[in-house]
Amino acid sequence: MENFTPISALIGGVLIGASAALFLVLNGRVAGISGILGGLFHPARSEIGWRLAFLAGLFVAPLVYTTFGGVLPPVELDASVPLLIVAGLIVGFGTRLGAGCTSGHGVCGIGRGSPRSLVATGIFMATAIATLFITRHLIGM
Amino acid sequence: MLLILSAFAAGLLFGLGLIVSQMVNPAKVLGFLDIFGAWDPSLALVMGGAVVVSALGYLVAKRRGVPVLAPRLEIPTRRDLDPRLIGGAALFGIGWGLVGLCPGPALVGLTFGPWPVFAFVAAMIVGMAVFRLVPADWPQVTFRREAPRMDG
Repeated sequence: MENFTPISALIGGVLIGASAALFLVLNGRVAGISGILGGLFHPARSEIGWRLAFLAGLFVAPLVYTTFGGVLPPVELDASVPLLIVAGLIVGFGTRLGAGCTSGHGVCGIGRGSPRSLVATGIFMATAIATLFITRHLIGM
Repeated sequence: MLLILSAFAAGLLFGLGLIVSQMVNPAKVLGFLDIFGAWDPSLALVMGGAVVVSALGYLVAKRRGVPVLAPRLEIPTRRDLDPRLIGGAALFGIGWGLVGLCPGPALVGLTFGPWPVFAFVAAMIVGMAVFRLVPADWPQVTFRREAPRMDG
């Protein structure tokens, strides 16, 4: 547990939760990243603006963070590019089929007490843990 | 216009949360998923903190009944479990466990991470586009028309 960072994890979590709360109370929408991005493929005209605005907020967050003196964490990516492409395809397709990802199901859905989101979160956690166990400890990728 | 500004603010806040919590770092996420190795429980606290605050937001939104800036709440109402939900979640977990990236951190990491993040995001968008080709009744599910399909 030498990498455990409880304080920054909690602060970051509260910020993410605040984003979801704000978005629901003001815009009446679920702050689910895969849904906001994926919805751009079949948007109602009135939805394009806020979807792009939310994504723009995500994109400028690192700049805002460093502007106020923050030091960005590393993005340590060990996976090869072909594996990243395979994983990206699966994540893109899977999050749309399952109607949500870590944010939509994990944060917003569980926050609402949605049984679908609870089940989805349990399942993607389980398959992610199993996948990592197989690749890291059995195959040694 | 306000609706767009608040969406931008929410996205910004979300991104800052992912940065502060270091969830933009795939190695950190994989450290959480590696419960049989050098386990790093940080992600559980990120999620726990986020769920509590988002639950408070839900209570406020429900009590108000109507959002501040929009005509109505667009909240998923389905409560049934179906093969799409289960299969989709299972697939997503496999992709997530392979590399440690999920959609939010991938998008934030796009701006300052190493270039291969791009490959992941591009493939993810292709995956989302491919989903558009899937017939709405595959695999055999009955869709409730009255329930708006809202995604997270």
